[in-house]
Amino acid sequence: MKLHRRVFLSGAIAISALLALPRALLAAYPTKAFGADNADEALSTLLGSAEHSPSDKITLTAPDIAENGAVVPISVATSLEGAESISVLVEENPQPLVASFDLTPGTMADVSTRIKMGKTSNVIAVVKANGKLYSTSKEVKVTIGGCGG
Amino acid sequence: MASGIRIRAKLKDGVAEVKCLMKHDMETGTRKDTKTGELIPAHHITDVTCEHNGKVVMTAHWGPAVSKNPYFAFQVKDAKPGDTIKVSWVDNKGATDSVEETLK
Repeated sequence: MKLHRRVFLSGAIAISALLALPRALLAAYPTKAFGADNADEALSTLLGSAEHSPSDKITLTAPDIAENGAVVPISVATSLEGAESISVLVEENPQPLVASFDLTPGTMADVSTRIKMGKTSNVIAVVKANGKLYSTSKEVKVTIGGCGG
Repeated sequence: MASGIRIRAKLKDGVAEVKCLMKHDMETGTRKDTKTGELIPAHHITDVTCEHNGKVVMTAHWGPAVSKNPYFAFQVKDAKPGDTIKVSWVDNKGATDSVEETLK
């Protein structure tokens, strides 16, 4: 019986190591930041600070009214020098952090995607540039929520 | 094997505008199964990597609040015809998918 247990354990370890492998090749996934239930906590966990100053060099494109909260098209672009990352948060979502994009000099600071919104909320785009956080926000009215069902 | 990512890249003045659509459920983990009333476990893309000629130019971390069958568009600088753009993702269950496109 002891042997069986050993075989089982070594097998289990091998499988878990295998599952962890693709994860290890990438930068650590910020589980805690995505699990945070308010925007400030998500930002300080992800970027080290929750303080961000408004900037008119960030363009956040989002609809004024979203008919379907499950699919809200947004795009964020910035002309800030040395932009390192773009993060998108929806204030009223159960977990506000939606996505975070790490930029390199090889890409333009311009991303578009589609997000889910639980209800009418401010959408905040936060750009990290030269170690500081800049942001812009826009209220999007949602007629049908996109979180849960 | 056919990829679940559809990609289109357009080259203009040295900048490649890449648009992709990824096939993924993006379950939030807060939805309930209508028949059993049990929560459907979260299943979503966590990491997206974009490569230009094999060099990583952008990485993204996604939460479950990115829409089902995600759309993602970005722009790559210093691109020219013949360059390759590769987009790949990993989800929270360890599944992956990728696609490679050559610029025209």
